[in-house]
Amino acid sequence: MSFSVTEPTKGTKWFAGVFVALYAVITLVPLLWIVATGFKSPADSIAYPPVVVFEPSLEGYVNLFTERTRATPDMLEAAGPAETWYDQITRERGTVISGPSRYGERFLNSVIIGFGSTFLCMALGTMAAYAFSRFKVPLKDDLLFFILSTRMMPPIAVAIPIFLMFRNLGLNDTHLGMILLYTAVNLSLSVWLLKGFIDEIPIEYEEAALIDGYTRFQAFYKVVLPQAATGIASTAIFCLIFAWNEYAFAVLLTSGTAQTAPPFIPTIIGTSGKDWPAVAAGATIFLVPVMVFTILLRKHLLRGITFGAVRK
Amino acid sequence: MTLSPMETAAAKTPDGLAKRIRGFSDRTIAWIFVAPTIFLLLAVNIFPLIWTIRLSFTNFRVNRPNNDVEWVGLRNYERILTDPDVWNTMQATAHFLIWTITLQVLIGFTLAYLINKKFKGNDMWTTIIVFPMMLSPAVVGNFWTFLYQPQIGLFNYVVAFFTGADPASFSMIGDVHLAPWAIVIADTWMWTPFVMLICLAGLRSIPDSIYEAAECDRASKWRQFWTITIPMALPFLMLAVLFRGIENFKMFDLVVQLTGGGPGNTTTLTSIDLKREAFEKWRTGYSSAYAVILFVTVFGLASIYVKALNKVKER
Repeated sequence: MSFSVTEPTKGTKWFAGVFVALYAVITLVPLLWIVATGFKSPADSIAYPPVVVFEPSLEGYVNLFTERTRATPDMLEAAGPAETWYDQITRERGTVISGPSRYGERFLNSVIIGFGSTFLCMALGTMAAYAFSRFKVPLKDDLLFFILSTRMMPPIAVAIPIFLMFRNLGLNDTHLGMILLYTAVNLSLSVWLLKGFIDEIPIEYEEAALIDGYTRFQAFYKVVLPQAATGIASTAIFCLIFAWNEYAFAVLLTSGTAQTAPPFIPTIIGTSGKDWPAVAAGATIFLVPVMVFTILLRKHLLRGITFGAVRK
Repeated sequence: MTLSPMETAAAKTPDGLAKRIRGFSDRTIAWIFVAPTIFLLLAVNIFPLIWTIRLSFTNFRVNRPNNDVEWVGLRNYERILTDPDVWNTMQATAHFLIWTITLQVLIGFTLAYLINKKFKGNDMWTTIIVFPMMLSPAVVGNFWTFLYQPQIGLFNYVVAFFTGADPASFSMIGDVHLAPWAIVIADTWMWTPFVMLICLAGLRSIPDSIYEAAECDRASKWRQFWTITIPMALPFLMLAVLFRGIENFKMFDLVVQLTGGGPGNTTTLTSIDLKREAFEKWRTGYSSAYAVILFVTVFGLASIYVKALNKVKER
């Protein structure tokens, strides 16, 4: 190893490592607490002092996915022995399952709207980004700034006319309406990020393709898109995460059919007060996919969160 | 060999049309590619914005569509700007903005500085630290209310453990003095990694050779920090502040789930106030004017800031 004056000393490294690790562990506590609470029984979840070691229970998950009604001992006896493990869990609490809860539906809505808007956003965004990167578009800088500025508007500020507009068009509380809305919200991100990625592809590749007799469209499809694949994939994940996490529009514009999970999870309540294990279970199922995506994205994270303003 | 969708389309197009597509000038293609994006943004952003501006001069109420809509001129604006409640909201927002940004810059920069010491496993720790900011603020905010519970919450327990206070004696979200700090803590937990990542990029962009030169000139580490590290990382820091400023000025999801604006109006940030006016009191005209004022404020402050940022970059 060569000696360098800029290489930190062993002691410095050790100190920095311990400090950062300590911060990471502290910052992780609330998240671990969500996951742990999901596996607690209601009594354990509200125990004082808070319990760290507990007997894991799937009650939270069962409560999350089911609606239950209270049953008298006679009724329970008349119903016969529990047929499944989840039946067993609810019966121990003196309740019977009366049907599925809405969580599954809400989660599915999040998936449909998230993926639908991401797909649309990527289709429109790639085309626009390619044009901004490769052609002389009149007023290019103004248009790009306009696209970015749409992000500065507080969602609540445009929600009023969007609410009115959607009501006139029959788009209120529909999947299509939310997909279009989230596409528009995320377009600024996808255009700016993708433009950066396409800018990095040497233009010579396309020129060679054009000389070989490709049309512009073919050059775009066969040369640029494959080259930009990683960039497109990471941009797509960013769009998906933003749509997945969005709350303001979802809570204002959806109530029934198209409601996504973020406005729904906080409204989960049990038979007596807030059912925290069920809330935590719902949150865990909703948050863990994003954590997995974050790990996949780690190389492009910085670029994504700054709209491509900072590249490593 | 399978045909790509483009080729299939090309094979099906009649000769004349194919020739015309091939013959598209770059300019036409550029427009074909850009138009859908611009159109969608105009429809979902600019059109509503213009509509908001128009509504802001009226007394329209969404819940009373049969009432006559009157043109009231600037009265809505006048009422907002002279309303002490609105100014209280602005104050709450300012408190929130100033403290979250200060804490996030301090902690974020320190973390970035330490991570840049390139100790073993720094990549892994960085990824772990980044988790909170990628998650849904509404879902996480809702769970923070559980951590803040006076009797059973983990946060109160930890504070009690270190200070010896009774964990049931204080309520982070029920107390008028503590609630503004409750949202600052949760937001700082969530968004410090954002500032950290940008600072890290800034620190990594400083070439080693500058430090080597400083070392040859026998500049102390302390002096190197203030004359090399800080000035060279400054544009990045300022960018981080810009992003956090805009985002937190619009802050809605995390805080509305945490405190709902209460107790009283102590944590009613502007977006929360606006939501109440628009979607609970249904004062559409009034809240439209409110929205315009907010938008102009964000846009104005951001433009001034970007100018300053560009000056620092040029230096």
